[in-house]
Amino acid sequence: MTEQTLKQWLLTDTPTSRRHAKISAFYQGWLSFRSNTMAMIGLGILVALVVIAAAAPLLAPHDPFVQDLGNRLAPLGSENHVFGTDSLGRDILSRLIYGARITLYIVALVALIAPVAGLLVGTISGYVGGWTDTILMRITDIFLAFPRLVLALAFVAALGAGIENAVLAISLTAWPPYARIARAETLTIRSSDYISAIKLQGAGALRIITKHIWPLCISSLIVRVTLDMAGIILAAAGLGFLGLGAQPPSPEWGAMISEGRRFILDHWWVATMPGLAIFTVSLAFNLLGDGLRDVLDPKAGE
Amino acid sequence: MALSEDNHERRPPRAPLSDVVWPVARTTLRTFGSIAVTLLGLLFVTFIIGRVMPIDPVLSIVGERASQSTYDAVYQQLGLDKPLIVQFLYYIWDVLHLDFGISLLNARPVSEDIARVFPATLELATLGILFGVVLGVPLGVLAAVRKGSWIDQVARVVALVGYSMPIFWLGLMGLLVFYGILGWVGGPGRVGIFYVDVVPSVTGLLLVDAVLDGNWDVFKDAFSHIILPASLLGYYSLAYISRMTRSFMLEQLSAEYVTTARVKGMSEWDVIWKHAFKNIRVQLITVIALSYAGLLEGSVLTEIIFSWPGIGSYITTALLSADMNAVLGGTVVVGLVFILLNIFSDLLYKVFDPRAK
Amino acid sequence: MMSVLLDVENLWVKFPSRHGVFDAVRGVSFTLGRERLGIVGESGSGKSMTGRAILRLIRPPGIVEADHINLEGVNLLDKTEKEMRDVRGQRISMVMQDPKFSLNPVMTIGDQIIEAYRLHSKASKAEAYKKSLEMLEAVSIRDPERVMRAYPHEMSGGMGQRIMIAMMLIPNPQILIADEPTSALDVSVQRQVLDIMDKLVKDRGMGLIFISHDLNLVADFCDRVLIMYAGRIVEVCDAEKLHAAKHPYTRGLLNSLPRLDAPRDRLEVLQRDPAWSEAPSVSGRV
Repeated sequence: MTEQTLKQWLLTDTPTSRRHAKISAFYQGWLSFRSNTMAMIGLGILVALVVIAAAAPLLAPHDPFVQDLGNRLAPLGSENHVFGTDSLGRDILSRLIYGARITLYIVALVALIAPVAGLLVGTISGYVGGWTDTILMRITDIFLAFPRLVLALAFVAALGAGIENAVLAISLTAWPPYARIARAETLTIRSSDYISAIKLQGAGALRIITKHIWPLCISSLIVRVTLDMAGIILAAAGLGFLGLGAQPPSPEWGAMISEGRRFILDHWWVATMPGLAIFTVSLAFNLLGDGLRDVLDPKAGE
Repeated sequence: MALSEDNHERRPPRAPLSDVVWPVARTTLRTFGSIAVTLLGLLFVTFIIGRVMPIDPVLSIVGERASQSTYDAVYQQLGLDKPLIVQFLYYIWDVLHLDFGISLLNARPVSEDIARVFPATLELATLGILFGVVLGVPLGVLAAVRKGSWIDQVARVVALVGYSMPIFWLGLMGLLVFYGILGWVGGPGRVGIFYVDVVPSVTGLLLVDAVLDGNWDVFKDAFSHIILPASLLGYYSLAYISRMTRSFMLEQLSAEYVTTARVKGMSEWDVIWKHAFKNIRVQLITVIALSYAGLLEGSVLTEIIFSWPGIGSYITTALLSADMNAVLGGTVVVGLVFILLNIFSDLLYKVFDPRAK
Repeated sequence: MMSVLLDVENLWVKFPSRHGVFDAVRGVSFTLGRERLGIVGESGSGKSMTGRAILRLIRPPGIVEADHINLEGVNLLDKTEKEMRDVRGQRISMVMQDPKFSLNPVMTIGDQIIEAYRLHSKASKAEAYKKSLEMLEAVSIRDPERVMRAYPHEMSGGMGQRIMIAMMLIPNPQILIADEPTSALDVSVQRQVLDIMDKLVKDRGMGLIFISHDLNLVADFCDRVLIMYAGRIVEVCDAEKLHAAKHPYTRGLLNSLPRLDAPRDRLEVLQRDPAWSEAPSVSGRV
């Protein structure tokens, strides 16, 4: 198949099969996404982040944990240490590169736990209705009424500091909006005619929820998750900064800022560099989320 | 109620009083009911957190070397031998009496500590939200009115950066630039060391107290300390408020009544502010209440950066020293403020939107 | 020959989009005297755009071009935005489709009418209030004091549209553009609203541009009819001679309507000829 005909095949108005239609719709979404420069920049940064995290041992010029007290707090652009060194003489650039792994790890875990929990609660609440709905939505409201960071703080305090507990705490505070979205989608889908048609064909609740409701909730959830990702990174960094997330000597970016804080006035780069890293990544997620929203959920954008 | 089309008919007789009173009473009851449930949920969560924590509350009171009998006495005194549900009821009882227990750090009642630190946070967050509203609302309106223009782009970048920047890092950078390098503002803390406790604490809000006392030196110094953290917090609410204002405004500007106002021969300024803006007030109030609540929370990290003696610092300090009573007390108070703000915005909603009556 | 109030020559309304420029109105010309001029067409035919273009209400990126839009000999296109504000409301006014959307939901009806009056007169608030009451009575609203205090959502559609008419006529304009003024109303009150509007327009010697998709209504109600298709005028005729219209589009529209006086088994489906949208616009100038 030549380039030209492949493109025609992808852009056809008359798809030959369901799969063809799906691929074609996906391709057209990709085309409109690609025309959004800012979103493409965001995607580029995130791809780079994944590559950096995967190839950290190859890319990092130094071991992120090796201390060199003789060469502590070396300034920016010093020999061998482009971003300087921290208070224990560790190479900041290498620590940033390894820190990308921790950031991705946290983001991936939260992105797996919170939306799935929200999806479950939301669809059950919306589909079953009645008392189940009332009770589940009350619980959701209670969690929504909570100040998220403070709640996460309290959770971590109870569970003990550490990355996994930070992830758990963030997820516990992040799921309610997803439940709300999933419930709203479920309510509209549940009352649609084609669901009645499937019911008439004898489909059970489980089948309807998993095969027909979940797939339709996914796209609005993806958009929301992407837009929330920046907030998750900031929350994780905040917990790290407070010493409640990743523990030393782990090169978590928030914890690195916390370390650099003591020297902010004289050795500003120690705290500045990890902050820039956090900023760049969460900005990338925001840009990507905006772009995705325009493609997947046009009515939500202005 | 819609007025009937045929005005010729006599108006129907007034509805009996019970029909008027009941719906009102029912709405009020429902509102209070949902507040009570939310509050109960909040307390339940903090209660559970307090119970699952790895720290033994008895040990932290009696110490490691206490005898078994002392341990048991305290164990019973704390009510830990009772069933969980009874303990929970005790807990609710205590909280309703504003009793959050004794801080393990300084052996003072947590409620007293909170009463002392809360005004500092309130002062910071209030100044921050003022900043966010005063700049954010006009920016959002302008961005909507001139959609696609340079001002819209600026508003977009401002918001994006606000959404993406770690607040504690921005605080550090602010300290570095405006305090460390430029020296324009006071450093960390609420007030310079020479001015500590100079004015009597009446409201707990230092700026207000200084004005009440007529001590302008303290006011100036306190202002130079609060301005940086308050504007950083304000920047975050600005990002959110301007974004939401923009999208609310865009929706209204495409509404038909805006065309009506133009057809009347109204100036564009009046069309925007007298007609379109009036219609977003209600939504805007909710957004502002939400971001005010968000600021109380955002102040946790900001307060640490600026050594601000508010509730954020209090909770974190307590957290790091495993002072669970203080942590949970602080959490309950912040949660309460969240709920109160929600109720408040609901009430204002009813005042400003004639359709909500 | 009656005096010409409005003279529109070669009006274009264009919307640039990603796929090139879309012409919503293409070279429309017509005049309006102290008469009731109907503009009929299906949705998207550019009839509403024509009405809004006269008031210069097309927002950027939309573009309005014309040789001239003369209001009593003065070209509206030459006016500044500020001068245009003295035209809007005071000399040309417009009633829109649905009072649910065209009245500001958070202002009392009284405030909205008083505002419309005081924008163009130096009257005090008390005078404006009195004048508003009179105007509400003129559109047959009983208990106008109560209505003045009410909010739009408390009104029914028919009342809302009468309030809208009162509000738009209170500055005493010479021309009223009525853009589908009865389409959103119950059939039972349509006639009432039309009669009120008709009486006020006649008594004040105004010109009326009546935009509608309803051929029968326009034939009944107007003196002269312009039929628009794809942004152009395809036919102009006197209202009473509408049923003798010649253009195939008009004929097609007429034949697709059921008639009590000439019942038939099967109504025609309108067959469209692409040539209609290419043919030059017919002039509606007198």
